[in-house]
Amino acid sequence: MKAAFALAAIAALGVGSASAQEWKPTKPVEFVGAAGPGGGTDIFARNVQAIIQKYNLVDQPILVSNKGGGSGAEAFVYVKAAAGDPHKLVFGTSNLYTLPMVAKVAFKHTDFVPVAAMVFDEFILWNKGDSPYDDYKSYTAAAKAANGTFKMAGALSKDTDQTLTRYIEKDTGAKFIYIPYKSGGEASVQLSGGHAHSHVNNPSESVGHWKAGQVKPLCVFSKERMPQGPKVTETKGWSDIPTCKEQGSGIEEYKMPRTVALPPGSPPAAAEFWANVLKKVSETPEWKDYLEKTSQTGRFMAGAELKAFIDEDEKRTRKVYEEEGWLVN
Amino acid sequence: MENVGSLFHGFAVALTWYHVALMLVGVLLGILVGVLPGLGAPNGVTILMPLTFTMDPVSAIILLTSMYWGALFGGSTTSILFNIPGEPSSVATTFDGHPMAKQGLAVEALSFAFLSAGFGALVGVAVITVLSGWVTEFALKFSSPEYFAVYFLAFASFVGLAGGNPVKTVVSILLGFAFATVGMDTVSGSLRLTFGFDELLRGISFLIVVIGLFGIGELLLTMEEGLKFEGVKAKVNLSGVLRTLTRLPRYWIALIRGSLVGVWMGITPGGPTAASFMSYGLAKRFSRRRGNFGKGEPEGVIAPETADHGAGTAAMLPMLALGIPGSATAAVMLGGLMIWGLNPGPMLFLERPDFVWGLIASMYLGNVVAVVLVLATVPLFAAILRIPFAIIGPLIVVVCFIGAWTVGASKPDLWLALIFGLVGYVFKKLDYPVAPLVLALVIGDKAEDAFRQSMLMSQGSLTIFFSNPLVGTITVLAILLLAWPLFSMLFGRVRAGRAEKMRLAE
Repeated sequence: MKAAFALAAIAALGVGSASAQEWKPTKPVEFVGAAGPGGGTDIFARNVQAIIQKYNLVDQPILVSNKGGGSGAEAFVYVKAAAGDPHKLVFGTSNLYTLPMVAKVAFKHTDFVPVAAMVFDEFILWNKGDSPYDDYKSYTAAAKAANGTFKMAGALSKDTDQTLTRYIEKDTGAKFIYIPYKSGGEASVQLSGGHAHSHVNNPSESVGHWKAGQVKPLCVFSKERMPQGPKVTETKGWSDIPTCKEQGSGIEEYKMPRTVALPPGSPPAAAEFWANVLKKVSETPEWKDYLEKTSQTGRFMAGAELKAFIDEDEKRTRKVYEEEGWLVN
Repeated sequence: MENVGSLFHGFAVALTWYHVALMLVGVLLGILVGVLPGLGAPNGVTILMPLTFTMDPVSAIILLTSMYWGALFGGSTTSILFNIPGEPSSVATTFDGHPMAKQGLAVEALSFAFLSAGFGALVGVAVITVLSGWVTEFALKFSSPEYFAVYFLAFASFVGLAGGNPVKTVVSILLGFAFATVGMDTVSGSLRLTFGFDELLRGISFLIVVIGLFGIGELLLTMEEGLKFEGVKAKVNLSGVLRTLTRLPRYWIALIRGSLVGVWMGITPGGPTAASFMSYGLAKRFSRRRGNFGKGEPEGVIAPETADHGAGTAAMLPMLALGIPGSATAAVMLGGLMIWGLNPGPMLFLERPDFVWGLIASMYLGNVVAVVLVLATVPLFAAILRIPFAIIGPLIVVVCFIGAWTVGASKPDLWLALIFGLVGYVFKKLDYPVAPLVLALVIGDKAEDAFRQSMLMSQGSLTIFFSNPLVGTITVLAILLLAWPLFSMLFGRVRAGRAEKMRLAE
């Protein structure tokens, strides 16, 4: 018995001293997706897992689980409870820091140790395919003239889509009736069926409907046009969509990061280990393929750069939420 | 008839040894996950998904959909044998399926369930084959008011019929609605009824409630009634399956009505769960044998099963053509489509006809394969009922709790299952119906979202539910169905009054 204790103590010491310089996972790892199966976050986590396993970047097996309850709050609460255990990583979006502002949940974004942001999903202003409007200015002017009767469909309430809708309203003076659906896919169908006037879906959520001409993109909320790629419709590809800024919008840029974070109290060495692994993932051809198929923009951020980005985005969002009276924390 | 040509092309794609082997594997895995309550089709498909990343999309979707069919069939097995629905859509199967099993008719109940499910599925695929273009157009007409009207119709067709005390039915429905509101609200984005418990963030899982109300509640009752299943002495062999097959055509009205309800709800898309409840409700109201419903009536198994599978297969069309997932499993498969590099949308039919028609052809084959395979397992599963209750009872408890654990891997769920077990027991003792609670829990939050979205659209005016012929028709139909018991009561009174007068005159 005593011998066993001594052995365990030595083993613990050994691990302890190793983790001071270099950390490595010592048991199976869990990737917790802050969304239900099938959504953007789930696909993000599963692609990272598949690439890590293909290139053997981590010695331990990796499982992906979905905890999408409460718009993803379930995943953050679960990972927060695993304090100090860097074998659980939570995969989310900006909801890492926006959820605690609008819902009474038992976590703050500062609880977590951010590891990396790997992708930025773009937002596009879409109209029905046969709408008479072709750009940001003419559409928002028509919405303004319609006196608050234009309907904007979107995914979820007090989340990215509704926030962007508020930005557009502030930018143009137009008023929209915002109608929240469970997902961007549902919003897209509503627009195709002519039950709404517009939505601000991510590219992958509406590409099928665009191909069929049921919806059309007006502009993308980005500083630069999206990268050149194969044509989506017969004449146009993603890079042919003008930026909203080009069309005179006051909104510089609006993007949603896909983030990875560790539980509270994880050692900095572990954060560094995972940041390195994810960096390697983001350099593989499979990752480029994933970005192209889902029409997202790859941009790897970690460490101080990531922290600064989160702080700034949190502050900006908090201001809008405060004006809207959405803040609860 | 262009579609028929495309379908033959699809059969050419689907009928290779490799694809048929994938179908067999998928169906068998599906039956396995379907039989274990809690695991279910969505989890099974999610687990299998990464394996398909390197496959050709046609092969991948054949594997995953075959697994889905298998799971749908497997889900009915536990509904009938143990009163534990493996899938939300097989809840209505328990109402008559389990009483049949208890009377020693497990083989018949299972065979009826599988055969009618297979029939419903084939009708569903046939409709997809013939009407693919038109269905897409039709589904696009559906917005929130139409959705609400469809859910309302499902409620109306099921609720009006409940025998017994109407007050007790209302209490049961309201409890179901209350449980459905727990968690994050889509429309306002805030948390409701969580009382600060993190465990309640994701709401009360339907499966936990069902495992408790049906599985554990049923066990408690069985224990009280004397620790035995009635089905012990039933004869179990394959000829029972064949005998059932010859009896099936007698129920042609139920089969056709169930398929129609299923296909309609699959396309609209109200989903398989609403379809099975609605079909059961309609059968109970309009069947000649309605008095026997709830006591082990084969028609009470056939009606929900046909509709469930009709809806399950018909819902694949809106999924491919519009990207609307008709069920949790379809949502996972949609995610898969993206990874395989396909974009669901109307153009999918033109861009990748090999994929779409290969899938549709595989739905014919996969369902036939599934029916044959599950029928072969009937004697095996039915034999489980021969095991003495003292052994099988504790095993069911274990399976129930494993199921409750698989849902979210969280400890409080186990307590919830236990609490709902007690609730189920008390409900039965006090003669409160359980079914309205389950229905309200499953489609209550969807109906609520649709209603509130409609109210946002119309700025608070109820006239939106009559604003076009489509939604108006469904709403009026629902109101008529809801008022049906009133009508029949009035007619009954008039008739009784006349009879009384006649008697007095004599």
